[in-house]
Amino acid sequence: MNKQITVTVNGAQHTLEVEPRTLLVHLIRETLNLTGTHIGCDTTSCGACTILLNGKSVKSCTVLAVQANGKSITTIEGVSTEVAMNPLQEGFKENHGLHCGFCTPGMIMRATELLADNPDPTEDEIRWGISGNLCRCTGYNNIVKAILYASAKMRGVPTASTEPEFV
Amino acid sequence: MIVDSPFTIDNSPIKIIYQLFNANNMIQCKTSKAISGMGHSMKRKEDARFLHGKGNFVDDIKLPGMLYMDIVRSPYAYAKIKSINIEEAMKVPGVAAVVTGKDLEKYGLHWMPTLMSDTQMVLPTDTVMYQSQEVAAVIATSRYAARDGREAVKVEYEPMKPVIDPYKSLEPGAPVLRTDKPGKKDNHIWHWQAGDKEKTEKVFAEADVVVKQQMYIPRIHVVSIETCGCVADYHKVNNHLTMYMTTQAPHAIRTVIALVAGHVGLTEEKIRVISPDIGGGFGGKVPVYPGYVIAIAVSFLTGAPVKWIEDRSENLQADSFARDYHITAEMAGTKDGKIQATRFKILADHGYTDAAANPSKFPVGLFSVGTGSYDYDTAFMEADAVYTNKPPGGVAYRCSFRVTEAVQAIERITDIFAKKVGKDPAQLRMENFIKKEDFPWKSPTGWIYDSGDYHAGLKKVMDVVGYDALRKEQAEKRARGELMGIGLSTFTEIVGAGPSKDFDILGIKMFDSAEIRVHPTGKAIARFGTKSQGQGHETTYAQIVAEVLGIPAENIQVEEGDTDTAPYGLGTYASRSTPTAGAAAAVAAKKLVDKARKIAAYLLEVSEDDLEWEPGKFWVKGAPEKTKTIQEIVFAAYTNHPQGMEAGFEATHYYDPPNLTFPSGAYICIVDIDKETGGIHVRRFVAIDDCGHIINPMIVQGQVHGGLTQGIAPAMYEELIYDDDGNILNGTLMDYLVPTAVESPKWETGHTVTPSPHHPIGAKGVGESPTVGAPPAIANAIIDALSPYGITHLDIPITPFKVWKALKEKGAI
Repeated sequence: MNKQITVTVNGAQHTLEVEPRTLLVHLIRETLNLTGTHIGCDTTSCGACTILLNGKSVKSCTVLAVQANGKSITTIEGVSTEVAMNPLQEGFKENHGLHCGFCTPGMIMRATELLADNPDPTEDEIRWGISGNLCRCTGYNNIVKAILYASAKMRGVPTASTEPEFV
Repeated sequence: MIVDSPFTIDNSPIKIIYQLFNANNMIQCKTSKAISGMGHSMKRKEDARFLHGKGNFVDDIKLPGMLYMDIVRSPYAYAKIKSINIEEAMKVPGVAAVVTGKDLEKYGLHWMPTLMSDTQMVLPTDTVMYQSQEVAAVIATSRYAARDGREAVKVEYEPMKPVIDPYKSLEPGAPVLRTDKPGKKDNHIWHWQAGDKEKTEKVFAEADVVVKQQMYIPRIHVVSIETCGCVADYHKVNNHLTMYMTTQAPHAIRTVIALVAGHVGLTEEKIRVISPDIGGGFGGKVPVYPGYVIAIAVSFLTGAPVKWIEDRSENLQADSFARDYHITAEMAGTKDGKIQATRFKILADHGYTDAAANPSKFPVGLFSVGTGSYDYDTAFMEADAVYTNKPPGGVAYRCSFRVTEAVQAIERITDIFAKKVGKDPAQLRMENFIKKEDFPWKSPTGWIYDSGDYHAGLKKVMDVVGYDALRKEQAEKRARGELMGIGLSTFTEIVGAGPSKDFDILGIKMFDSAEIRVHPTGKAIARFGTKSQGQGHETTYAQIVAEVLGIPAENIQVEEGDTDTAPYGLGTYASRSTPTAGAAAAVAAKKLVDKARKIAAYLLEVSEDDLEWEPGKFWVKGAPEKTKTIQEIVFAAYTNHPQGMEAGFEATHYYDPPNLTFPSGAYICIVDIDKETGGIHVRRFVAIDDCGHIINPMIVQGQVHGGLTQGIAPAMYEELIYDDDGNILNGTLMDYLVPTAVESPKWETGHTVTPSPHHPIGAKGVGESPTVGAPPAIANAIIDALSPYGITHLDIPITPFKVWKALKEKGAI
């Protein structure tokens, strides 16, 4: 028996009929065609599907679409316009914080909440803060740099050099 | 020395006559930032689409009328299939079909060749050979219906006792697993050897010191964050297949599909393979998996597009593994520490079939580079491969064909030898290195190392880390009973496969290609036979073309992965893209400079010899005001070209490398170990890599960071574990430990530059060096920390429990 839900996704309200067992990530990817949110595992381990649900980062493969009823969702497509980047997106580009780009949307959504909670995190706080998100390409150094860059930019302090520390 | 013209091509091979870097190894840029040729840390051109969530991965593709496929898998490692009942499954709303091996058998599609010319079931007709093997496929109108159908398929099995231990598999009387092979009487697959057996035995018999260590390089999994999948889209009317798939080698796959399915009318011109954005590969997306073939078969039979996306557990449990080598390593030398010979004996567990991704003539890949960075002339290596009831494979895991296994063996045994003769491991390495003036150097197993400066690399890493002070600190800590270890790895990689005289996959030679088309307004599109999975080809290839041609990298669009548009090539793995396709780009661009010279001479009304060139413009010698930019010249190629000259401005090159390239590295790892818990803390890790000339320092450094994390992963965390019944004990990401940002140390990186003498831009490739070099540095550091208690070896992954257990056994706690 399908159930009707209303969700606000990236500012737009949608009223939809869903099977109660539908995972939120499938609603986002397949019903709403927002394919920037990815699926990397089946055990809530990798974080590729991370989105914001009422401002909190959640792994959308472990939330049922019906649980999002009446709530507000932000996905990677909603963090900026297509012609400009927000400080996190810019931080990832400037600091080579992505290789294949598959984990990147989840990382950015997680980092969004991390910086909202803690605008000036230490490197260690960032590492623990993103430890629910796996990246297999970058070795994390530059993801940490990217988040530090965004933190500085959002606080209006000078950002560190983005040249590689390559002795 | 910087000279005017980047290349001369005096037929072949190509001579390098330019030097981007000065003697101090500082990266210098020859082009302006506006052009952004080699040496610039240009920000990546591919980033924007991923950062906006607009990448195009396979699972993002949605076609009208598309069906979804899910796969029924075996719970047993070895069993007879007594029956498959699809009745209930067919009643599930949305389920369109259930396909079994017997269905595929009707079309001769139930078997397929592996890349090593072994054979593999697509779907079984009577027996399953490993846990999670594909048993049947359910096709439905939605992802959820396909999964419901999968749950409703009833398979009756008759379990048999599997063979899991590779040593037991070789024992006389072991059950023969591959009964599908007529006359097969044992589980042995092949024997391989290299080097001089008799000479090695003689040196070992006469040596002052011989050390020997048994070591296991565990079975691990690449775990690219995107799993494997495809959309097979066959159009009956046109008899045409478009195959969107997660592949690192689209062209080779097209040929393989034609070979497998040619007999049903699907010939190569009717097949288009598209490898869209790929979410990491690391070797796991080189093989052909049964799921791809079943999806093609179903699309072929139904005429509808079919999507198959495996989930992570399926990916971990059934897709190709890496490593699984049991190695006996031996080293012989003098009592004052001169290495004289090495001997390695390998037992390679290939699982159910040899589905390794190696060049055809190299069943152990390039393991024979395992004589290492040291100057001695005697070695012998042999390997035997064996079938067991485990998933098939033998892929890279970010490594050039089994080089990680080789480097683990040589770098561990070198440390064990150093300990035995009582020498500092850095000192022993310095004394045994091949000298830079001795390159090209012929290894005891026949490789010609192209170039290297191993002393410079080790000296640099020791300086950066403060080696002498660390040894002093260690001595003080030891006196207090604290455990601190310093580990080295000074490795030689072998990448860039490969010269066509020796290297092929299923007979296709391992060249690679570039095609550059420059449009009338001076902007270009460049296409390649490789396929980036995150390496940044859209940026680095553009920089290579910019370096040679002087067209800004920003104006060069790079495309790969579509077999209908890109020139044929063997794909991206084994750190081969820069050594092969990158070289092809440089040579193709040089062909265009040659054409540009002719057009410039015509436009400026001088002879070609009167022209001077720097990337981006020609001018008349002595009259620099008489200049034609590359953009003006290209425009003329379409609007005002010399009579008799072919119009247009494009070039293609298929590059057949004259040799492999031999990157190297010198790594130091420092660990602190908690004696009571066995907890290991990596305090520092410094990696100095030498990959020859550097195209984009930012990207090279990024590759090194990522490779190092995939080095610490098998050294301390990852291993696929099977019980005696062939059940995988950690087949999900809940218990297979991929390092997070917390486990991953803050890597410190640097470089030396020893150009490859045979590569057109002197580059060597770097993506895999750190994965190859890091594990022994970490293992050596841990063993160094434990050595006061007489512990000389632990197999990777070295976990806190293994450390604690070893300390307990030695009475240290």
